[in-house]
Amino acid sequence: MTDAITVFVPRDSAALAVGANDVARAIEREAAARGLALAIVRNGSRGLLWLETLVEVQTPAGRVAYGPVQAGDVPGLFDADWLRGGDHPLCQGLTEAIPYLKNQQRLTFARVGIIDPLSLADYQAHGGFAGLKKALAMQPAAIVDEVTESGLRGRGGAAFPTGIKWKTVLTTPADQKYIACNADEGDSGTFSDRMLMEGDPYTLIEGMAIAGMAVGATCGYIYVRSEYPYAIATLNSAIQKARQGGWLGDDIQGSGRAFDLEVRCGAGAYICGEETSMLESLEGKRGVVRAKPPLPAIKGLFGKPTVINNVISLATVPTILAKGAAYYRDYGMGRSKGTLPFQLAGNLKQGGLVERAFGLTLRELLYDYGGGSASGRPLRAVQVGGPLGAYLPESQWDVPLDYESYVGISAMVGHGGLVAFDDSVDMAKMAQYAMEFCAVESCGKCTPCRIGAVRGTEVIGKIREGQQREQQVHLLRDLCDTMLGGSLCALGGMTPYPVLSALNHFPEDFGLAAPHQPAATAA
Amino acid sequence: MNTPPLSEDAVQQVTRQVLQRHAGQAGSLLPVLHDIQHAVGFIPASAVSIVATALQLSRADVHGVISFYPHFRQAPAAPVVLEVCRAEACQAMGGDHLAAHAQQQLGCGFHATSPDGKVTLEPVYCLGLCAQSPAVMINGQPHARVTPDRLDQLLAQGA
Repeated sequence: MTDAITVFVPRDSAALAVGANDVARAIEREAAARGLALAIVRNGSRGLLWLETLVEVQTPAGRVAYGPVQAGDVPGLFDADWLRGGDHPLCQGLTEAIPYLKNQQRLTFARVGIIDPLSLADYQAHGGFAGLKKALAMQPAAIVDEVTESGLRGRGGAAFPTGIKWKTVLTTPADQKYIACNADEGDSGTFSDRMLMEGDPYTLIEGMAIAGMAVGATCGYIYVRSEYPYAIATLNSAIQKARQGGWLGDDIQGSGRAFDLEVRCGAGAYICGEETSMLESLEGKRGVVRAKPPLPAIKGLFGKPTVINNVISLATVPTILAKGAAYYRDYGMGRSKGTLPFQLAGNLKQGGLVERAFGLTLRELLYDYGGGSASGRPLRAVQVGGPLGAYLPESQWDVPLDYESYVGISAMVGHGGLVAFDDSVDMAKMAQYAMEFCAVESCGKCTPCRIGAVRGTEVIGKIREGQQREQQVHLLRDLCDTMLGGSLCALGGMTPYPVLSALNHFPEDFGLAAPHQPAATAA
Repeated sequence: MNTPPLSEDAVQQVTRQVLQRHAGQAGSLLPVLHDIQHAVGFIPASAVSIVATALQLSRADVHGVISFYPHFRQAPAAPVVLEVCRAEACQAMGGDHLAAHAQQQLGCGFHATSPDGKVTLEPVYCLGLCAQSPAVMINGQPHARVTPDRLDQLLAQGA
């Protein structure tokens, strides 16, 4: 063989966590021993996480996937002539033809898993920086209009229209403004921010630079949780390379316009994913929630107007600028425009990332993509939208996934993460866990959250032990009402969602009679 | 994390170097604390007063920040730090069982160090490996699809 064959071995944490580095070393060793020339690219993950480590071989017909590969499989793969796409029990065929991937609509994740995450050349060869180039030639208000027109809403969970937030910052005069990216992805069942930061960091950098151009901010922060060391390292390398390439700094691509970025590392506090708490943390303080108003868009970081957006919101902006608002808006349904990278987690055979337009159902995600439970037992409950999201019983799995439909069943789409449980789950235990989690992570500022979560844990404990069950259930509902209405932020204000949905949909787990009320009154 | 204990002088020197590196950075307290912990393995009390003076804060302010964030330590950890995810996606795949196994094997609870002083056990709420649960982190290295047997192997390797 004269030409080196390209082999892709992901560097995503999800692959590293199942031995991808060992696989890469084994491939190098084996190729050297056989005198074969190959080039290993450490790409992001394709998001077919049950197949990690998913190794791809570049062939004339396209990239051929093998997975899940372990280091010990490597000699056998060479024996099967995998460098020419040879057949092997681990061969999954052409990557792009795998139904899980083929049946997706990847806009935000278009490059993730395909390119070398740190190669500027690769990024640009796949359409990167087209959005920023356009933005550099536009008036700030026109950029904001484009984002507003696209219908993009905050992907962190709150679903606030991104363009409106930007407009507030644009029209608030100040000597300094900031872009703060919330990458404190602490919700269980979510990993799309991490995958994007590790697999296509320049998209986030580009999106933040566009945001800077749009509102007149020259400085941005990416607040990443400390549990994501590889995302932090990848972002830092990418920022350095982007500066060298003239895509960040005092004079972006000779436009005379400035924007620069700094990565800040969180320190294990879930509450810092709440936007005002994150601002406190960025300022070097305890992550205690601020009262609103003032809105961060008017008085945010260091008291200045600040755009706070989630990773996926910002990483979607380059596509909107490059392809136009209408292109993006044509996906989705109702007031939920565009796509959402859903994350399939927990007890599923085929966990991973599925980017699709809004409007598909949980059942499609659980079975058509997820392949049903990993344990082989029937699925029973699915928590959608993180630890503050409702537990949905099977009767609600056909509701279309869009923001408004989910509000209609007292649930939330949130960040698009879903955690599936089989029928061995004890929903009273999960409800108690929700309260415990709130107690552990509460910043302590407001009483309903700080004290309520502790009392809630105790009350559910009594219910589970059968002590004065009826009275305790009454108390629990009353407490949830106080937390819903009286908490400063979503932690205390939404912990009742998983608790009440568990209680309403799965009363038998609390020692109560089967449900007599319609499912729609969940919370 | 496997850092031998530093002398008082060395702690002071490290702290001053870190502060110098972050001079002029807005809201620098968290980055400063991260760097000190990275170099020393924890944040010694003697570093707190130096940081407070340099950043024009009270010692109580600095202490308040250190104690707010679970990541920051005020005492050294064992050479191996094992973080076991306790969140929902891991619970859905036997995370509770794995957590119980870890406590039993190490002979200590969470937020504690095994009696032989080798492993510090901490809970963590999500490592972002929710499709391959249960997951743990050992000295900053993520591991997914971890069974009790696999955990024993990883700990035996001193991973």
